Amino acid sequence: MVDIDLSMVNWARAQFALTAMYHWIFVPLTLGLSFLCAFFESIYVRTGDKQWRAITKFWMTLFGINFAIGVATGIILEFEFGTNWSNYSWIVGDIFGAPLAIEGIFAFFLEATFFAVMFFGWHRVSKGFHLFSTWMVAIGSNLSAVWILVANGWMQNPVGMIFNPETARFEMNSFSEVVFNPVAVSKFVHTSSSGFLFASLFVLTISCWYLIKGRHIQMAKKSIVVASVFGLLSSSFVAFTGDESAYEVAQKQPMKLAAIEGLYKGQTKAPIEAGILNHDKKPGDDQDPFIVKVKIPFLLSLLANRSLNSFVPGIDDLVYGNKEQNIEGVASKINKGKAAINDLALFKQARKEKNSQKADLALADFRKNQEYMGYGYLNTPEEAVPPVAIPYYAFHIMVTLGSFFPVLFAVFLFYAVKGSLTQQKWLLPIGLISGLLGLIAQQSGWVVAEVGRQPWAINGLLPVKMATTNLSAVNVQITFFMFLGLFTILLAAEITIMLKQISIGPEGGSLK
Amino acid sequence: MISNLDYITLQQLWWIICSIVGSLFLFLTFVQGGQTLLWQVAKTDLEKSLVVTSLGRKWEMPFTTLVLFGGALFAAFPKFYATSFGGAYWVWILILFSFIIQAVSYEYRKKPNNLLGSRVYELFLFINGSIGVLLIGAAVGTFYTGSNFTLDLYNRVTWDYTLMGINLRGLEAAFSLFNLSLGIFLVFNARVLGALYLLNSIDFSSTRDLESRLRKSAWTSFIIALPFLLYVLISILFMKGFNADSEGIISLVSTKYLSNLLAMPYLFILLVAGIVLVLYGVLTSYFKKSKKGIWFSGLGTICVGLVVLCLPAFNNTAFYPSKLDLQSSLTIFNASSSKFTLTVMTYVALGIPIVLAYVIYVWKLMDSKKLTAAEITDEESY
Ligand code: HDD
Ligand code: HEM
Ligand code: HEM
Repeated sequence: MVDIDLSMVNWARAQFALTAMYHWIFVPLTLGLSFLCAFFESIYVRTGDKQWRAITKFWMTLFGINFAIGVATGIILEFEFGTNWSNYSWIVGDIFGAPLAIEGIFAFFLEATFFAVMFFGWHRVSKGFHLFSTWMVAIGSNLSAVWILVANGWMQNPVGMIFNPETARFEMNSFSEVVFNPVAVSKFVHTSSSGFLFASLFVLTISCWYLIKGRHIQMAKKSIVVASVFGLLSSSFVAFTGDESAYEVAQKQPMKLAAIEGLYKGQTKAPIEAGILNHDKKPGDDQDPFIVKVKIPFLLSLLANRSLNSFVPGIDDLVYGNKEQNIEGVASKINKGKAAINDLALFKQARKEKNSQKADLALADFRKNQEYMGYGYLNTPEEAVPPVAIPYYAFHIMVTLGSFFPVLFAVFLFYAVKGSLTQQKWLLPIGLISGLLGLIAQQSGWVVAEVGRQPWAINGLLPVKMATTNLSAVNVQITFFMFLGLFTILLAAEITIMLKQISIGPEGGSLK
Repeated sequence: MISNLDYITLQQLWWIICSIVGSLFLFLTFVQGGQTLLWQVAKTDLEKSLVVTSLGRKWEMPFTTLVLFGGALFAAFPKFYATSFGGAYWVWILILFSFIIQAVSYEYRKKPNNLLGSRVYELFLFINGSIGVLLIGAAVGTFYTGSNFTLDLYNRVTWDYTLMGINLRGLEAAFSLFNLSLGIFLVFNARVLGALYLLNSIDFSSTRDLESRLRKSAWTSFIIALPFLLYVLISILFMKGFNADSEGIISLVSTKYLSNLLAMPYLFILLVAGIVLVLYGVLTSYFKKSKKGIWFSGLGTICVGLVVLCLPAFNNTAFYPSKLDLQSSLTIFNASSSKFTLTVMTYVALGIPIVLAYVIYVWKLMDSKKLTAAEITDEESY
């Protein structure tokens, strides 16, 4: 149909990954820290204790520094769909644009309006209204997560739309299906709770630093109590919703599941195998996918299908087909897809010639294979396989950390309640690095979701290479480095400012 | 009720909604305008802090409105979103860049250890207010002057304008006298609004000089803006426009926008009212020492903005015309999303008044007291 400049595609992918991953350094902190600030302030308003006010203000300062750069990195993402992925934007704008617009109307304005009160309203509005504003900022930021994740969930599991051959694009036919897409729902609960978790880790990190340095002990201890409770709850919830996410992936994106599990040959009563991947392994060959591994029987079938006896397809089954399990191979889907593309072109041609009979025939042919159209753009069956190692390792990092965090918070809470935190010299350094571990888990999660989705921009319907703008790669290359440079400088500025604020501590000097 | 609206009505309604959002953005560029005034009107550190703090409490408004403008266009006119952002790549990238650097500057400018030093953040603010607004003006100008793109059968955009072998991807918009004039007008109009806003929001009892400098700068900015506005308006009246006939075939028609204006007299009224309001706001601030000028000039800007955005779209006109292939031009009918989406979005839009209501409520609450020097020395300032 059109020439595809693969280097442009890859630069655009790199640019999206870069900007999204920068955005995702700050956003989860916003999601969680906004609630923590609301908790702190609620306690202050309840007790009237000036110490809690100082604590609230301290964390709010850090929140504000982080928020500014979260916003700065966000605007670019929204317009990047247009600049780098204009074909995508045109083909699915009807469905994908709506949540983005709704996010703007309802979430961003809520945040922006009450943010000003939260920071500058201490002497301008009543105590009650100020608290209300802080809560509104928290709700607003989490509302923005809802809508953007509806959009992202739709890319993973496109629902609620039909293909219109006249315009050669997808059009929405059910808004509720788009919003209540099960993938979007599980994404939202998992992602926002992971933000709460991350912010709790952040508070833990800084508080542990104070404890190690022996400064602001009171504030640190109080913050740790709140953060540990919130962290324990949210990390348990993260594990629970993570399992739910994996289930949705198994149902809607079996190829992604196979990749994150390193599963090549599908099985019933499938065990979970994990270890070091064999990098020479190719789909269809007879090598063992692992060099070293441990094995837990049945678990994968249970995780993927909620049933011990169920069949979990592997990469080979999905690529080459599996008659027994009634799985169609990619080769046959590619053929059907090519036929569909061809029929669509015939239809368009007939429409241009105003030959309605020919058009109807072509359309009827097209309808038979239309759901495979996306496959028609793939060159080989193996192209349908994502790069296995990246999502595989990312997934295992996330799950390992995800199992560790609830334990960590439980231990902190235990000693905090016992009142002997400062004696636990072994524990504080672990708390100190926990924020970094949280960030690693966060980024890994998105790598699982997004790299595991390859080669599709819209799962099964539109390959990434067909989604781009007709633009020469050099433009995207230049902007890639512009963003890399700018965001890195801004990140560095954020970190130095934050470190300084942390070393200054809460207003009114140290709270002993 | 909404589900009974027909497709054409919905398409027009959504162009109006997008235009309202766009015009509100133009009003809110008082923040950008104020940013360009910083070095000129604020001489002492205290004055600087007053100006930055006052603007800093509003900076998220134009920013968020711009984001909403993008989102609304994406949802309602996806073909425009795809064609313009993907096509005129560099104009948009530079605009976005200027907003990225704005977003951090207020928060980081005065913080200790801010890596770049406060001067650099002030420069960021200046760039956002000048180049950012100028390019937005140039981009809007292409609604009248057209762009260099073609669309294929599948609506993929190809951009074709090369200078010395380099495809400029939209930057050429800034080489047109018309687009440039519109951009310069917007920059200086933003400066007028910025000065008027600051007059309204700051308590000058300890900084009298700042007040008189602001009054003066509102006036001079207005004087500079005026010829550019006149040039733009006169050009619009006499230039050829892109007409779409009932079949959707596009052709160039002379004095098209003049006939649009005559066909839609309410736009003409809006235009005149807008100019009068802007003028009134400036004059009362300069001669009568009024502090309310921002409301008049702001409303006037919204009126003029609405006209500028609606004139090239209604009355069978292509709002995003292609100079290379007339038939690739976009109209609100061929660029909109499906009827279903527009209907859903219209239900959603019913929430906009609620949003506006709380924005206004909070604004009033926060601005009921003027910003004083005492507050600046307090910790809650930028
Ligand atoms: C602190 C961060 C964090 C932690 C500890 C976990 N996750 Fe997670 N995970 C995320 C942060 C995250 C995320 C960044 O929020 C992702 C990225 C995309 C998404 O929807 O959420 C994600 C995605 C994600 C996906 C992919 C969803 C998709 O492709 O649509 C799965 C299958 C899991 N997670 C599963 C788990 C499991 C079983 C965990 C074990 C406890 C776990 N996650 C812990
Ligand atoms: C903020 C969290 C996110 C992170 C860290 C993230 C990460 C990534 C990464 C690593 C890639 C590159 C994948 C590859 O090319 O191999 C990517 C691609 C992409 N992501 Fe995300 N993503 C995030 C959220 C989103 C959301 C919410 C959407 C949609 C609403 C989205 C849409 C895309 C698109 C369009 C691409 C480019 C096409 C593609 O490679 O599939 N991303 N993202
Ligand atoms: C890749 C797709 C994404 C796009 C297009 C996008 C867009 C944006 C934009 C335009 C802003 C600035 C808003 C303003 O004007 O205040 C922003 C900020 C924000 N975004 Fe994103 N975003 C994306 C991914 C995400 C994800 C995945 C989440 C949450 C799950 C998220 C949550 C937020 C939040 C909470 C903010 C508020 C400011 C802050 O982060 O500090 N965004 N985003």
